Amino acid sequence: MEGRILEKQPVIEMRGVTKRFVDVIANDKVDLKLFPKEVVALLGENGAGKTTLMNVLFGYYNLDGGEMLINGESVTFSSPKDAINHGIAMIHQHFTLVQTQTVLENVMIGMEGSFFLNYKKAKDKLLAIEKEFGFQLDPDAIVWTLSIGEQQKLEILKALYRGAKILIMDEPTAVLAPTETIELFDTLRNLVKSGHSIIFISHHLQEVMDICDRVVVLRNGRRVAEATVSETTIPELASLMVGRELLERLDKGKSKTGDAVLEAKDLKVKNNRGITAVDGLSFVLREGEVLGVAGVSGNGQTELSEMLFGEIKPEEGEIFIYGKKIPGGSPAAVIAEGMARIPEDRIKTGLFMDLSVKENMILESHIKEPISKKGLINMKEIRIFADNCINSFSVKTDGMDIPVKSLSGGNLQKVILARELVGNPKLVVACQPTRGLDVGAMEYVHQAMLDQKVSGSGVLLISDDLDEIFLLSDRVIVMYEGKIMGEMSAEEADRDKIGLWMSGVIS
Amino acid sequence: MIGMSIVKRKPLPGWVMLVIPVAAVFVTLLITSIPILIAGGNVFKAYGALFQGALGSKFNLLETFVKASPLILTGLAVAFAFRAKFWNIGAEGQLFAGAIMATWVGIYFTWLPGFLVLPVMIILGFLGGGLWATIPAFLKTKLKVDDVVTTLLLNYVIFHMMGALLFGPMQMPGSSWPRSASIMDAAFYPMLIARSRFHLGIIISFVAVLVIWFINNKTVFGYQSKGVGINLNAAKFGGINTNMVILKTAIISGGLAGLAGVGEVAAIHHHLMMDVSPGYGYTGIVIAMLGNLHPVGVALAAFFFSVISVGAQTMSRVAGIPIYIVGIIEGVALMTMLIFILLTEYKIRWTKS
Repeated sequence: MEGRILEKQPVIEMRGVTKRFVDVIANDKVDLKLFPKEVVALLGENGAGKTTLMNVLFGYYNLDGGEMLINGESVTFSSPKDAINHGIAMIHQHFTLVQTQTVLENVMIGMEGSFFLNYKKAKDKLLAIEKEFGFQLDPDAIVWTLSIGEQQKLEILKALYRGAKILIMDEPTAVLAPTETIELFDTLRNLVKSGHSIIFISHHLQEVMDICDRVVVLRNGRRVAEATVSETTIPELASLMVGRELLERLDKGKSKTGDAVLEAKDLKVKNNRGITAVDGLSFVLREGEVLGVAGVSGNGQTELSEMLFGEIKPEEGEIFIYGKKIPGGSPAAVIAEGMARIPEDRIKTGLFMDLSVKENMILESHIKEPISKKGLINMKEIRIFADNCINSFSVKTDGMDIPVKSLSGGNLQKVILARELVGNPKLVVACQPTRGLDVGAMEYVHQAMLDQKVSGSGVLLISDDLDEIFLLSDRVIVMYEGKIMGEMSAEEADRDKIGLWMSGVIS
Repeated sequence: MIGMSIVKRKPLPGWVMLVIPVAAVFVTLLITSIPILIAGGNVFKAYGALFQGALGSKFNLLETFVKASPLILTGLAVAFAFRAKFWNIGAEGQLFAGAIMATWVGIYFTWLPGFLVLPVMIILGFLGGGLWATIPAFLKTKLKVDDVVTTLLLNYVIFHMMGALLFGPMQMPGSSWPRSASIMDAAFYPMLIARSRFHLGIIISFVAVLVIWFINNKTVFGYQSKGVGINLNAAKFGGINTNMVILKTAIISGGLAGLAGVGEVAAIHHHLMMDVSPGYGYTGIVIAMLGNLHPVGVALAAFFFSVISVGAQTMSRVAGIPIYIVGIIEGVALMTMLIFILLTEYKIRWTKS
């Protein structure tokens, strides 16, 4: 925006803010200042601690260390209500709107004041705010008839109606179409002009350059850098974001690449909001290699994995396993070709949490002999199979008959690994296989992937954890907005370059 | 102030689920002793008369079985559907469908050799209920229409269709009431114990318990159906044709309710009329919950309900308690069971602030 006014008092000052979860430090002595009429970007990869920091600021989490000052006054928030009372509002990625109510009713929720509703007064106030900031939302429109961009505007209106002066926006552009992003930025500029301050969480570098004054970069929970936008460049930000640590070198093991196991040709699909998520994607995976698919999450990786797993049908393009064309949208067909599948969300799609460990082990083999024959299941064979799975993958469980939900996260993932890998498949597709796991479980998963590769399987590793990608992959492709930005081999791995590709910049 | 919050508890051992229905029944009788006291009755005398009336003599016991039979079938119907999260509130309507088919066979299939009448009637009755249940199943899987609403509302549709038949083509010649002619003798369920109404349908309902237990525990379909109920996404991910599973579940569920309708026509009334069911389909929902969706649990819950409903006559006569206590006991039993089930998954934490 216009020049910063550094001599002024910051509206928000976080000093040495620390937040721990059981065994992870999510924020480690983070400092952050926000000045009046300023847009500060909070930049970092997934898991860098951006959202946690903002949840602390918004009163969802208690501080484990450090302090927060609002307008120079030390504050303690015990719930978002306290933050709201201090003029802070948070606009979440997932909207908190009542879809069947009108714009006006959504704005009024929680602000009723007394037993009787004064629609007229509320409407006048809403319209005045809309006029001041250039919004054009019909107060009587029902929310579900609004576009995503309009719903986001309504979230902002709600905040303004409550007198918010500080807006925290959590990846606001992730859900928007390009034209809606331009409109959002216009709105934000208007807000800043009238004295609001904004914290903008993002990992889209171009957007940060477009809208922000200052950038604070987080990595692994620490504040690693700060820069003034007018004095920095996209390549510099990219390298700050992904870091320059020495790459950890795991013994990747030796293997000879062989035939093409999996081939994707011009895959194209829209996501559930109707926006193109995967846009003409092609790659070939060979026996004996790990192909890493890197990228900031939300760039089509989920949809790519769902197409490969058979969960959704590609609108265009084809998938081949060992040269055989696979009908789209059929998990059964993919299973029949022997693909081992590690889904992104093990609880939502990978497991029957209320069923026993053994019943989860047979999810994909329950229609095959000897597990079942002529429609009847063979409990003896199931026990043998499950026992073998549990032992080969050292799943820590109190027997095979207890509900799988009583296992720890790492062991849940081991149940899936065991089920998928026990038959030594020639093709493994894993999507975010270590998300949410502790270090020990993570190493186990990594080793299992490498073992598969060494034994001659092709492994496709989709992950937004760049360290993981570098650690395991022989080749890396980078996805951005559903397209492949580039490919490089492990030997020429260059974090800066990959960082740029992940941000949509080709250099 | 004292606050209350509900927190998830660690999974309980399996035997707890066996104890819970028994405990729920006990608590229910404890709670319903309050209205009995209010009505001026002696609780022990009242419950004594209740159980005496239902179990006290051979005849009474057999009557309790007669009453339990349709409840077992509708309870199984609901339990089997709920297990796959197909929310079948329509067992009542599916019972009507079965009853209509049975009456149709019983009146018009006089050309069939006598020994074939019962098998044909049972099969068509099963299919009638089953096919009626496929309508909401299709609406659910193809158009994502809420199955609670469709199954419930279709009850009224078929009820009035039955009315149209009974005032129209199926009406007994010469009658001005909405009732059909009597079915032929070959279509009567045989009575298996002399001087009682212990009929073939009771055996059929016991066989159904075994069959459903077998499907649930021993077949691929039972595994798939359970999987669909627990996590539809994971079932799809695992290559299960979830729409087909829901459709087949609906047919079996509706078919079981249809068999209850066959039994009421073939063993009890021997003709079709508007009040062929005193709400067996709805009571089946309560029984399914009380039986924790397990076939044996359903059978026991149905028997318990039958005891109450048969014994209430005696209780009313001996202890002077109005027969409407039956409805209270049924309602309290459902609430108690639901709360107990909730408490197996969650615990209540009291907080002072």
